[in-house]
Amino acid sequence: MFLAWRELVFARARFGLMGGVVALIAILVVLLSGLSTGLVNDGVSGLQRLPVTAFAFAEGTKTDSAFSRSTVNVDQAEAWKERQDVGDAAPFGNMLINAKATTSAGTQVPIDLALFGVEPGSFLAPAVSDGARLGDPDGLVVSQTVLDGGVSIGDTIVVDRLGTRFKVVGTTGDQRTFGHVDVAYLPLRTWQQVHAGAGPGDEVRDGAYEEATAIALRAKDGDRIDLSGGDAAAGTTSMTLEDSFSASPGYSAETSTLMLIQVFLYAISALVVGTFFTVWTIQRKHELAVIRAMGASTGYLMRDTMIQATVILTVSTAVGFLLGLGGGTLLTTTPMPFALEVAPLVFAALLLVGLGLAGAAAAVGRIVRVDPLAALGGQR
Amino acid sequence: MTTGSSTSPRPVARRADAKERGGLLVEGVTLTLGDGDATVTALDDVHLDVAPGEFVAIVGPSGSGKSSLLAVAGALTTPDSGRVLLDGVDISAASPREKARHRRERIGFVFQSGNLIPALTSLDQLRFALDVAGKRPGDGHDPRKLLERVGMGHRAGHRPHQLSGGERQRVGIARALVTRPAVLLVDEPTAALDRARSDDIVTLLAHETHESAVATVMVTHDHDVLGHCDRVLSMVDGRLTE
Repeated sequence: MFLAWRELVFARARFGLMGGVVALIAILVVLLSGLSTGLVNDGVSGLQRLPVTAFAFAEGTKTDSAFSRSTVNVDQAEAWKERQDVGDAAPFGNMLINAKATTSAGTQVPIDLALFGVEPGSFLAPAVSDGARLGDPDGLVVSQTVLDGGVSIGDTIVVDRLGTRFKVVGTTGDQRTFGHVDVAYLPLRTWQQVHAGAGPGDEVRDGAYEEATAIALRAKDGDRIDLSGGDAAAGTTSMTLEDSFSASPGYSAETSTLMLIQVFLYAISALVVGTFFTVWTIQRKHELAVIRAMGASTGYLMRDTMIQATVILTVSTAVGFLLGLGGGTLLTTTPMPFALEVAPLVFAALLLVGLGLAGAAAAVGRIVRVDPLAALGGQR
Repeated sequence: MTTGSSTSPRPVARRADAKERGGLLVEGVTLTLGDGDATVTALDDVHLDVAPGEFVAIVGPSGSGKSSLLAVAGALTTPDSGRVLLDGVDISAASPREKARHRRERIGFVFQSGNLIPALTSLDQLRFALDVAGKRPGDGHDPRKLLERVGMGHRAGHRPHQLSGGERQRVGIARALVTRPAVLLVDEPTAALDRARSDDIVTLLAHETHESAVATVMVTHDHDVLGHCDRVLSMVDGRLTE
C-alpha cells in the first residue's frame, strides 16, 4: 500500500485516463442495464406479475409465439387441478388488439392492448389500486401505463373492426405490459367473444366459449409442479413462467442482443484494465527489478499493483455509475423503455470491478518474470 | 593490494575474522553464463572476505566479472560452485524466496544513478525500503536523521527528478543503509558524476561504511576515487587478485 498510493498520486494523469475509460464503460453499463431492465419490463412485466408458476399450452406448441399460436380447451384446467402438486389452475386468454379510446374530453386516442382474459374471482384476477375490480362483462382493468397514456377510468375503448366497446373500470397501479403493449384484463367470456371475432350482436361460433390460450398453473406452496406428468394427463405442453417469457414477441431477440453488448462491454473493460497494467508493468520493469533487488517479494509487488487496480476500478466505476444514474434518471421520464433497478446495477458494478481485477491480475503476472538482476548495470 | 588513503581508520584487524564476526565471505565461487559454445566463465574460483566496517573496491575492465560478483554476493544469482556467507549465513543454495529474504534483511544495494523510485520523495525512498524489509522505523535507522547524515535533510520532500545526480546517489546510499544491512553492495556509484561529486559520494560511502560497521563492496571503473577505500582488488577474466 505504501508505494501503491504514492504512485496513484504521482501518476494521477495516467491513472486518471485509465479510470476515465472505465468510467465511460460504467456509464454505458448503467445505460444498457437500464435499457435491458426496461425492455424486460416492457416485454413481460404483464406475465411477471401474474401469480403463476407455469403455463400449459396446446400440445406440441413451440416456445416461439406460444401465446399467439396456442388454443386449449378450458376443461383441460380440470385435469391440471387434479394434480397433487398444483394449487390452482385456470384458463388464461391472451391476444393483442388495436383499439381507440374515447376520453372524457371526447378525443379519440389510438391504443394497442394485450387483452388478458381471466375468470373474475380466479387467482388470476388482478388486484386494483384504483377503481373497480374485474367483474363487469365489458369492464377493463388496465395497466397504469394505459392511464399514463392519457386514458382515464371511466373512458370507453372500442376494438377496431369488431366495434366491441369496453369501459375502463380500474387500474392495477403498476406497469403491466406484454410485448411492449399495455395489458388490459377482461372477463374470460368477453375475451372469448373478441377472440372468436364476434362483434356486438354477432353470433359467437360454436366452441368459442370453451377456448383459451393456455392453462395458468399455480404450484402448491413449497412444491414444484411435475410439468411432464401433468402434460401427459392433460394433453398439453407446459413451460415455466420464466420459459414462457421467450414466447413474448421480440423478447428473446431483444434480451440476447443487449446481453451480447453487455458481455462485450465487460470483456472490453477487462481488456482495457489488463492492457493498462501490462503496459504499466512493462514501463516499470527496471523499477520493479530494483524493488525486487531490495528484497520485495512477488506477493508484495502484486499486492501493491492489485491495490492500485482496486482503487482505480472502484472509484472510476462509482463515478461512472453515478453519472450513468444521473443520465438514466432523465431517460426514465421519456417513452424509452428504461428502468433502473438496484439488483442488476449492483451486479453489473461488481462484475465490472471483478473482471477488471481479473484483467489486472493477468497482467501483473509479468511481475513474476521480472529479474532483480536487471537492477544492476546502467539501464536507467 | 591497498592503495591510497581513507577518510577513516582501516579495519585491518577486523578483516581476518570476517567469517566469525559477520560481513561478507565468498569462498571458491565459480559462475558460468550462457550455453554450449557461448559459455563464458564469469567468476573463476573467486575468494573474497570483507569484514564489517571495511570498504573494498573492485576494479577491472568491462566484462571482467565485477557485476557477476555483485550479483552472486547480493543473492541475485546462484553460483555454480562455492559458498557465499552473508553475516555468517550461507546463502549459496537458498531458494528464490529465501534469497529475497536475505536481500531484505542483510543486504543494501547502491545502484548506478541511484535507481530511485520516481513516485517517491527522498524521505519516502527510505521509508519504502523499511516497508519492503518489513521493519518498523525503530528497527532500522531513523529515515529523517539518516537523510540529514548524508546531507540530504533539506531535500527530504523532493522527488528524484528534482535532484541532481550526486543528490540521487546520496539518497540511494541512505536508502541502502536505512535497514541496517550487514553488507553494502555498490554498483558503479560514480558512473554519471563529475570528478568533484564522485569524490564526495565515495567519501560518504567510506564514512558510512565505518560509521555503520557494514561490509562494503564497491564495483567501479573510476580509479580516481580508490584512495578512499580500505582495499582495492582487481578482477580480470573472472579472477580476483589483490
